[in-house]
Amino acid sequence: MGEKKFITGDIAVAHAVKLARVGVVSAYPITPQTPIVEQIANFIGNGELNADYIKVEGEHSAMGGCLGACMAGARAFTATASHGLAYMHEMLTYVAGGRFPIVLAVAGRTIGPPWSIWGEQQDSIQQRDTGWIQLYAETAQEALDTVLQAFKIAENPEVFTPVMVCLDGFNVSHTEELVDIPDQDAVDRFLPPFNPGATLNPDEPMTLAMGAPGQLSTTWRFEQFQAIVGAKSVIEKVDKEFGEMFGRSYGGLVDAYKCEDAEVVIVSMGGLATGAARDAVDSMRRSGTPAGTLKLRAFRPFPTDIVKRYLSPAKTVLVIDRDCSYGNEGAVCSDVRAALYGVHPCPTITNFIGGLAGADLTPEEVQEMAQEATKTADVERHDIIFQYTE
Amino acid sequence: MKIKEIPQEELIAGSMSCAGCSELLATRLALKVLGARTIFIVPAGCMSSVNCYWPQMPFRVPMFVGPFAATGAIVQGASAGFRFRGMKDINVVGLAGDGGTADIGLASLSQAIVGGRKFIYICLDNEAYMNTGTQWSSTTPYGAITTTTPVPEVIQEKEQNKKDIFGIVMAHNIPYAATACPSYPFDYMEKVRKAASVDGPAYIQVLAPCPAGWGYPEERSIEMGRMAVESGMWYLCEYENGQLRFTYTPKKKRPVSEFVSAQGRFRRMKPEHVADLQNRVDKRLARLEAMAAVK
Repeated sequence: MGEKKFITGDIAVAHAVKLARVGVVSAYPITPQTPIVEQIANFIGNGELNADYIKVEGEHSAMGGCLGACMAGARAFTATASHGLAYMHEMLTYVAGGRFPIVLAVAGRTIGPPWSIWGEQQDSIQQRDTGWIQLYAETAQEALDTVLQAFKIAENPEVFTPVMVCLDGFNVSHTEELVDIPDQDAVDRFLPPFNPGATLNPDEPMTLAMGAPGQLSTTWRFEQFQAIVGAKSVIEKVDKEFGEMFGRSYGGLVDAYKCEDAEVVIVSMGGLATGAARDAVDSMRRSGTPAGTLKLRAFRPFPTDIVKRYLSPAKTVLVIDRDCSYGNEGAVCSDVRAALYGVHPCPTITNFIGGLAGADLTPEEVQEMAQEATKTADVERHDIIFQYTE
Repeated sequence: MKIKEIPQEELIAGSMSCAGCSELLATRLALKVLGARTIFIVPAGCMSSVNCYWPQMPFRVPMFVGPFAATGAIVQGASAGFRFRGMKDINVVGLAGDGGTADIGLASLSQAIVGGRKFIYICLDNEAYMNTGTQWSSTTPYGAITTTTPVPEVIQEKEQNKKDIFGIVMAHNIPYAATACPSYPFDYMEKVRKAASVDGPAYIQVLAPCPAGWGYPEERSIEMGRMAVESGMWYLCEYENGQLRFTYTPKKKRPVSEFVSAQGRFRRMKPEHVADLQNRVDKRLARLEAMAAVK
């Protein structure tokens, strides 16, 4: 039996790291992830976790330490956010390209300027093309459970791709909720001992991350692509297994809330946007509008087919982005649009860019945006509403 | 280490490095001492781009071609990982060039030394970014031409000194640090042996003469290393238990002008620059000797 504790998302992630029996943690502090690495240091300090803790001089090296540990055959973890994640960018591509199954928690935060510590998803979204699997957690409980699932997904030999577990800065990272912390024995049954894949093994010498010419590089990239696309079914399977074992699961790649007969569907990721969208949906349903929310749990791999299936029957789609791809629109919205390409009749798609740098997203506001979106009649219009005050 | 004790076995063979490459020689000699229970973390540089590019893989030990700035972090991580798994017999070695050490990799090397885990870091110092065609690095010596300093800074009357990485590393209170040159193979191999026996970080900076980058015929690499040490342009030291000492002192000092005139890279230096260089070299050596004299 596990135990229930009133803890934040960050502390929940640290519990998951302990339960996963991580061997090496390599970390550098940055708000709002710092409580994760502090709590892990406490677990190691008081003997609850047998792991080596590498204190590094920056996030580039934080991931470097994880990479070294992984190649030596130890399960490795780190956490970061915002500028730290941007600073880690080169290492992210290295870890993904080298197919090292490392898990990284990102407590999403805006990237300056304007400088700010508050929550957003721009930091993780701008790492979209580094080749990492990205899973977004809505609650502290989901953050804990997703970290445990992440190790199992990353270490699946068909996948061997690192996983980024994203939790909204402050709204999830620093908000306390009642969390069920699973039992160690149960986690040990769920998560097998670490399988690092290729290691630096003197008995079997290999050059890892070797140089390669174009044709071989393309084959390498294709395999990388296939692995992350193939991870879709692994993510679903692992979530299902988790559900059978612990009584909690999250819908695999997406969580659809009241979408079955919905004419208006709000697409969201993470805690703040999804929470507001769920409340907005309830309120709209009370006033007679059939609305639903499609929470994307996986952003990479992008669940194109599922998104298409849920959104095709709708008349209106509102996509909330807590990020912006400057010069185009929100990055999530672009992917949703692409998923619906060729669907006829196609719902109208409106992009709502908001919740930036910790700006609140209230259910009332989301409801207002959804109602505004229903007024768009032309499917070819690319409406972008910025949460904006003069 | 005596000549009879050097194993016949080659752990690097069939390399496509340039003829006369002393980085390759230094790596080969290090492997003679370290043996097959060794793993290398190699960032961008001649050793990785020439010797870890498919299908030309001359190394018979595990290699990782790492990001430029992260060598120190990755060796720390690998050291921690092997220790976690109870694998104590593996030599974890970072093998980086001077740019990868003195410039882009300095922060992660510094933190790795502070971290105190067991590893060896070998800096193969050929005094410029040779792999990309001889661009200036902070270890490029006074007066040398590179493709990004076609007119060396001293000739433009600006300050230019080779960055003293050995001094910076010593300042960390590292358990073991040394300077070496493959022109003095036994001195170097003994230092590698000592580095491997330290239970903590160890650093060796190897002066690696480069025919292509320095501008001399490829058969003269060993001679260039000897001239460097005999003129005081380089020095063979070690720092152990807080004590600096010279492991070799030339019986007769040669003027730096001999070293300078033997290489194309110094061709823009005028006699007054050579005199200035001689003065700087003398002062640096005097400083090191004074440090070594403090017991």
